[in-house]
Amino acid sequence: MPATLPRKTARARKLPGIEKAPSGIDGFDQITGGGLPRGRTSLVCGSAGSGKTLFAMEFLINGAVECKEPGVFLAFEETADELAENVASLGFDVESLVAKNMLSVDFVKIDRSEIEEAGDYDLEGLFVRLNHAIDSIKAKRVVLDTLEALFAGFTNEALLRSELRRLFHWLKGKGVTALITGERGDGELTRYGLEEYVSDCVISLDNRVVDQVSTRRMRIVKYRGSAHGSNEYPFLIDETGFSVLPVTSLGLDYSVSTERVPTGVAALDDMLDGGGYFRGSSILVSGTAGTGKSSLAALFADASCRRTEKTLYFALEESSGQVCRNMKSIGIDLQSWQDRKLLQIHAARPTVFGLEMHLVTMHKAVEEFQPRSLVLDPISSLTTTGNPSEVKSMLVRLFDYLKMKQITCLVTSLTSKPGFEETDLGISSLIDTWFQVRDIEISGERTRGLYLVKSRGMGHSNQVREFLITSHGVDLVPVAVGPHGVLTGSAREHQESEQRAQALHRQQEIERKQRGLLRKSKALDAQIEAMRAELAAEEEEARASADESTAREDRLTAARALLSENRSAARSKNGRRA
Amino acid sequence: MKPRSSTKAFERVTEKRAKTVLRLYIAGSSARSTTAIENAKQICEQYLDGRYELQIIDIFQQPKLAKDDQILAVPTLIRKLPAPLRRFIGDLSNRNVVLVGLDLKKK
Repeated sequence: MPATLPRKTARARKLPGIEKAPSGIDGFDQITGGGLPRGRTSLVCGSAGSGKTLFAMEFLINGAVECKEPGVFLAFEETADELAENVASLGFDVESLVAKNMLSVDFVKIDRSEIEEAGDYDLEGLFVRLNHAIDSIKAKRVVLDTLEALFAGFTNEALLRSELRRLFHWLKGKGVTALITGERGDGELTRYGLEEYVSDCVISLDNRVVDQVSTRRMRIVKYRGSAHGSNEYPFLIDETGFSVLPVTSLGLDYSVSTERVPTGVAALDDMLDGGGYFRGSSILVSGTAGTGKSSLAALFADASCRRTEKTLYFALEESSGQVCRNMKSIGIDLQSWQDRKLLQIHAARPTVFGLEMHLVTMHKAVEEFQPRSLVLDPISSLTTTGNPSEVKSMLVRLFDYLKMKQITCLVTSLTSKPGFEETDLGISSLIDTWFQVRDIEISGERTRGLYLVKSRGMGHSNQVREFLITSHGVDLVPVAVGPHGVLTGSAREHQESEQRAQALHRQQEIERKQRGLLRKSKALDAQIEAMRAELAAEEEEARASADESTAREDRLTAARALLSENRSAARSKNGRRA
Repeated sequence: MKPRSSTKAFERVTEKRAKTVLRLYIAGSSARSTTAIENAKQICEQYLDGRYELQIIDIFQQPKLAKDDQILAVPTLIRKLPAPLRRFIGDLSNRNVVLVGLDLKKK
């Protein structure tokens, strides 16, 4: 029934979903499809220090700055000045917004010690103050942080609950988009069950510590009337505030490029069909310790900078300065690229934060710097913060993201088992081009051999190359194949010199033979010359004798003619001369 | 010992002269507001004997004052003077609490 499908989608499109108030928080609006439900009350809950207040404050400030929607912040725990100071460290200027009537911060002080309850009461004062604050700046957004303080200030819980119910009802009637915060309770979302009153949208924030590494995560627990991402999303609080990054695998529908990116080593380009890597592909260099993985990575970065393409380098084991110094020893000046803002090195120990956080910071760095190439050195150290399956899942998402952005990415991986064609993380299937750098130990020395395990989509060399790291870079030389197999290093040089000696010998032999021939031919030539001279002499002789005999013949003929004349005359004249 | 006794004497004198300044916040003319006003007036007349000042403020009329005086629950009775500041919430029907709190009666 293909006809029903379009009709159904058309209907879905026609019905508008609930209206949303954008929070302006990076990523949050993507997860929720637009922000918090407009005109309704949402709850953000979490344990102490999970970022509830900041989330709420950003919601108001972004609303005021970006959507021109004034907001009221009713603070139960911090004074207005404290709050302004706290968020000023994240770059928010509360005071100027207050001065412009775009924000109103009201501190509600509840001091149990100076309050005595002497009869029936209600919380009309709270309503009046809220109403006054909303009306005086025509607020569209309201934050109550955190209502639970009321439970500490007043003993009559039944009354409080009925007042809270009335408050939420009143807020809805007021048409403001409200956000309340709540402390996480034991086994419940909030300590006093505030979620009971908020039926539209509940967000849970979390700061979990696993293996001494903390990761902040956010989850939309419910969002009535709207589709939303249901995963736990890691988020970041840094100097620019709150950012949620919906880092999920994006599927395999990115466009691909056939453009080639040089590797930085000419001989390596030759191994890869003469061109290099594909743009946007993922490259893995794996190998045991000290095999030159980082050098290959640095060469790649260097080549990228040479093409004036921005490169991001994540160093997980060395500081930025150390990377630069070490690479200078093989003739790569990363510092100058850094100075020219073509290269950014982010150095961070893997244990500084959780895996998700790494992913989030990488995302953020990529979004800010917009590189064309990326180096991650090494991915194997990420296992110190997560188990291999978590690392793999993180890398899948990272690679997908980079591919979508057409960023060529080179990662290195330290393998513990030499020569074992399997990365410790089992990520080889995610990789487009995979080099293995391997130690080769022959006759008491270690040399490096480079193999191309695979390279998708291009013809590539199946040969082992010896990988030489010199003070002016990296070179690949074909290995020597001798009677005992592949030879590298001194053995190769020995083999080569032997071959050279043999070649020289052969050359000399040939030269000697050639000289002999030359000599022989010269002798022959001389001989031929002599014979030719002899011949010439004989010819001369013959010619001379022929001339003589002709002359003689002539004379004879003449003599004969004379004689015959004489004879005939004698016959006619009888002995007399004419 | 001398200074202390003189301080005490000073306090006794000022206490007699000092005026008690009370402020009662109510919300409109609800039954609870009316009860609170009545109770407050009775307490003042009975125990303060003219040495008092009672301001009655409707938070609907003056929300700004409600903010400045940190009013949440209504009715709220605040003793502004003498220090320290004291707050009573409710319609003041529990008179004992109020009297003890205002130091008009020993516990």
